[in-house]
Amino acid sequence: MRPIRYQQAFAAALRDEMTTDERVFVIGEDVRQSLRAVTRGLYDEFGPDRVLDAPLSEQAFTSFAMGAALAGFRPVVEYQIPSLLYLSYEQIVNQANKFRLMTGGQSGIPVTYYAPGSGARMGLAGQHSDHPYAMFAQAGVKTLVPGTPQDAYTLFRAAIRDEDPVVVFAPAASLGVRGEVQMGIPPTGTIGTATVARRGSDLTLVAIGHLVALALEVADSHSADIEVIDLRSAFPIDRDAVTESASKTKRLVVLDDTNRTAGLAAEVIATVTSEVDLATPPVRVTREDAVIPFAPVLERELLPSIEKLGIAVNAALEGK
Amino acid sequence: MSVEVDLSAAYRAIKTIRLFEEKMVDLVNRGEIPGATHAYTGQEAVAVGVCSVLRVDDRITSTHRGHGHLIAKGASLHRMFAELMARATGLNSGRGGSMHAADLSLGILGANGIVGAGAPIAAGAAWAIRQSGSDAVVVAFFGDGGLNQGVLLEAMNLASIWKLPVLFACENNGYAVSLRAEDAVGGDTLERARGFGIPAVRVDGMDVQAVANATAQAVSRARNGEGPSFIDFTTYRFVGHNTGEEFLGVKYRTAQEIDDWRAQDPLEQVGSELDPSLRAKIDADVAVAMKEAIEYASDSPLPAVETAMDFMYAESPSRRGM
Repeated sequence: MRPIRYQQAFAAALRDEMTTDERVFVIGEDVRQSLRAVTRGLYDEFGPDRVLDAPLSEQAFTSFAMGAALAGFRPVVEYQIPSLLYLSYEQIVNQANKFRLMTGGQSGIPVTYYAPGSGARMGLAGQHSDHPYAMFAQAGVKTLVPGTPQDAYTLFRAAIRDEDPVVVFAPAASLGVRGEVQMGIPPTGTIGTATVARRGSDLTLVAIGHLVALALEVADSHSADIEVIDLRSAFPIDRDAVTESASKTKRLVVLDDTNRTAGLAAEVIATVTSEVDLATPPVRVTREDAVIPFAPVLERELLPSIEKLGIAVNAALEGK
Repeated sequence: MSVEVDLSAAYRAIKTIRLFEEKMVDLVNRGEIPGATHAYTGQEAVAVGVCSVLRVDDRITSTHRGHGHLIAKGASLHRMFAELMARATGLNSGRGGSMHAADLSLGILGANGIVGAGAPIAAGAAWAIRQSGSDAVVVAFFGDGGLNQGVLLEAMNLASIWKLPVLFACENNGYAVSLRAEDAVGGDTLERARGFGIPAVRVDGMDVQAVANATAQAVSRARNGEGPSFIDFTTYRFVGHNTGEEFLGVKYRTAQEIDDWRAQDPLEQVGSELDPSLRAKIDADVAVAMKEAIEYASDSPLPAVETAMDFMYAESPSRRGM
């Protein structure tokens, strides 16, 4: 197997689903030209009925996808910028995600919403640097943040095959990462499961998205034997996986690239500490409760970093 | 284009909606219906006229004031009352209530608690229906309030550029809750639609025949692949925005204004065309149907509490913690 980039794996997932299921189509801004490289070649291969260039009307094309789903299709919606999901929050959370319940199960809304390049990446400044997975998780929308090329493929395909709305965040910092990818239809039940990215016995390090790579880097270079859990799903979170690991190691650090307040790290820590007696207080490393400033030096200051993680791991190990 | 509206059928439908809403208010006041409800009283000719030219496979998206649309599209009175009374046998198994009532088997894609939110759903459904090779159409109902929702204007643009088979049915009852349309809607409503390249007409929404004629033209256009239409149905609600408004002490309409509109009551307009004995028979039939529906709903079980998490997701979620 030849290693491919995360972005290629992500694109392959969409292409494979469009090949497998003719009800799948993609809609978004500049998807025919494929500005974000996820839809590259799809217009030539599948034509205008399967690759829809939408006008700059995020709210309308988000609910357009829901309407198409209600008439038998399986739409995939691209948001060129993650913060466009703020515009579409009503349509995803309040319309699509509630429809199954509100109609007493008459229909689910099998739509996949994805942001190809979420999170800060040096100088994109206030309105383009957010990584807003926690707010969908908090609203009970199935939310995936694949951190490896394999998961970019597997989780994106699983999302498109799911019978409910799913939001998929491809972290900007992961897009260029290379890895071997096993193609094929993902097993059912993939959504909502974490993986053990590295086995260890001294400390549990829970991360999601591009921060899994950061966690592995710290784990690999540390003298302690650190277990790294790749959460993969921000909702539903794999409570069994995190509590099982923490029951074994009794020490917990959580890495999360969303704002600290009411963030995903808080949920993981609350879940674990309500079921596991830790030997030392849990520690989280998150994005600060902050707007990301333009200057890269300031941006770096406010995001989770390898230095902060090193300090957090030592604190959890030593109980300080 | 003109179509012949079956006046006895139209009268039956209008009477059904009218009586449904009267009974609904009564049930709210007796504490039998929880939550928020919005009566359609006065606007019946719009739903009845529009739906009289629709097929079962045509879809509608409805509004917070949706009972009339649902009844006109064929929803079961039994299951509608059961839904409003939060029963397990309701249209939505007691999970939706008045503002989310839906029956996908009848093409009713749902009432909606957010003003204007149905329009882009209608556009997407219309696109998908056309892709599937059907000539079915979608009617997006909304009010004058919806005309100021950006997402509705976005949806009108999508429908125009992609020539989607959608009828944008604006039920202009003159008020967004308490704010008068003339104080809220800049420019002419028809010019808004025309600005998107959508043909638009204004129609007397109290006249069921005029409603049906205009709808037939728009639907025919949509079925022929000629794209969306916009109709501004001038209408009026005889009652408050929501059930119980009269207890809020708000006063944004004069009694004279309401009386003037009541003089155009579609129930009387159509009813007066009928033979009195036929009218009396329909009235009696509708009263019986309503009584039976309410009895069915009242006798229906409440949803079992252990099913509270049912229908959240395709698979059953785990309940952990408290």
